[in-house]
Amino acid sequence: MRPFVPPLADRRLLPQGGTRLTPWLIGVLMFVAVLVGAAGLAIANAASTVARGAEQRWSIQLPGGARQSAAVAAAARQAPGVAAVQIVPDDQVRSLLQQWLGPEAASADLPVPGLIDVELRPGASGNDLRRQVAAVAPEARIQSFSEQLGPMLRGLRTLQGLTFALLLLMAAAIAAAVMLATRGAFDTHRSTVAVLHGIGATDEQLAALFQHRMAREALVGGSAGALLALALVLLLLAGLDSGTAVAAGGPPLRPLDLLILGALPFATGLLALLVARVTVLGALRADP
Amino acid sequence: MRENRRREQGWVKVSGADAIVEFDSVGLRYGTGAEVLRDLDFKLVRGGFTYLTGTSGAGKTSLLKLLYLAQRPTRGRIRLFGEELSHAPRAAMPAFRRRIGVVFQDFRLVRHLSAFDNVALPLRIAGRAESEIAVSVRELLDWVGLADRSAAHPPTLSGGEQQRVAIARAVVGHPELLVADEPTGNVDADMAKRLLHLFERLNELGTTVLVATHDLSLIAATRGAQLMRLEKGELVDPTGMLRHPPSPARATG
Repeated sequence: MRPFVPPLADRRLLPQGGTRLTPWLIGVLMFVAVLVGAAGLAIANAASTVARGAEQRWSIQLPGGARQSAAVAAAARQAPGVAAVQIVPDDQVRSLLQQWLGPEAASADLPVPGLIDVELRPGASGNDLRRQVAAVAPEARIQSFSEQLGPMLRGLRTLQGLTFALLLLMAAAIAAAVMLATRGAFDTHRSTVAVLHGIGATDEQLAALFQHRMAREALVGGSAGALLALALVLLLLAGLDSGTAVAAGGPPLRPLDLLILGALPFATGLLALLVARVTVLGALRADP
Repeated sequence: MRENRRREQGWVKVSGADAIVEFDSVGLRYGTGAEVLRDLDFKLVRGGFTYLTGTSGAGKTSLLKLLYLAQRPTRGRIRLFGEELSHAPRAAMPAFRRRIGVVFQDFRLVRHLSAFDNVALPLRIAGRAESEIAVSVRELLDWVGLADRSAAHPPTLSGGEQQRVAIARAVVGHPELLVADEPTGNVDADMAKRLLHLFERLNELGTTVLVATHDLSLIAATRGAQLMRLEKGELVDPTGMLRHPPSPARATG
């Protein structure tokens, strides 16, 4: 059980004033952190939208051409969990190939594979589809879109990880700024601390004086920086046309994302409180 | 027969249980320097009034620092309030410090706090109620003649006024042990007499008082006070009286 620690922090035992650099510094760091966080969340949303869609979409390739397409499509429709089956018309396949092969792809002499798009219901497995198609066309290649989009998804996940690593770096920078500011304030008020210590203040009481001040400064600076960054993000979101949002499978940032970004200053306040506390307790440990 | 006469005069040897402070072969050095205090062996009797004298540099302030727990001894053992402090954890120190009132030679007032708030500090640290604090602080400020200066900040107070605020802060929590370093150094003779009277009153109420001073008139004016003298970091104790002090006359009635 923790002993009762009388609150001294509201007594203005430390004089107000100083350089007031900390809120500005934290404000700038928070501005960047919110932008980086918004980018990270948007990337995460895009990646999960792409992954979700890709898991349900499958492609059947028939090396022998479109001759078997109708029979294979009929077999695929019988597989459990299949929501839709669509044969890709031959001319559409040829026009796709023209992007790589040029006008020769339109030639009827060029053999092109038959293509069938299949959409599974959410949660359905592709194994049933494989079995059903293999029974009709053993040489058919069945591939999930997520396999095809694998490299892109991995790229998105890497980018997402990078943004969160950047966020951690920003948090470390804020922690370092708070630690330096706390040490500076502690040294400035060393004589007051010595007096309070000498007349019986506990380490926790003394730490509370600094931790509350640092948390307040971090909250003020962080809120200002976050508000500016959020305004910028909202401005950018407003600039996106509705078509872009539909194409992306939804808006880049959802209300919950904005709430998470809005909570960052409070998290920073808490971080500042903890860092200041640890810093002061560490500095006091040198005293008898 | 002789023992009876000594008892009547209040001169009775005390046991360890009656001692509020016990030093046993205590030494102190700062860093890697020479010892500034050597082989200190003495006891302060609970309820006693003791003066500490010695030339400048004799180690008086260092001894006081050990007493008000601003320093730990580099060797030897210190018992305070009956408890061994040599191996006491840091976390236990604030509770001991709250039982000690200290008047620093350089006052050590908090500059940005008013005289009232400076005096209130020990009570606020101890978590006393504001209503109780207000009564105690006003009473003390009135006693040291600063009732009308309670809102003043230290930089606007004279040296003597600052000293009185420091004394009020040291005694406001009714400490069991009061340690004062030259408490009358900055006040006139009248105020010195009043402050001495305040210390005597506290002593009568049970506070053990140790005053470091050069002021011989102060020592002479205090009935029944003990005298400790430091010379070059060592206690002068030719009679062994400091190791086995008599009970104080006022404490035994």
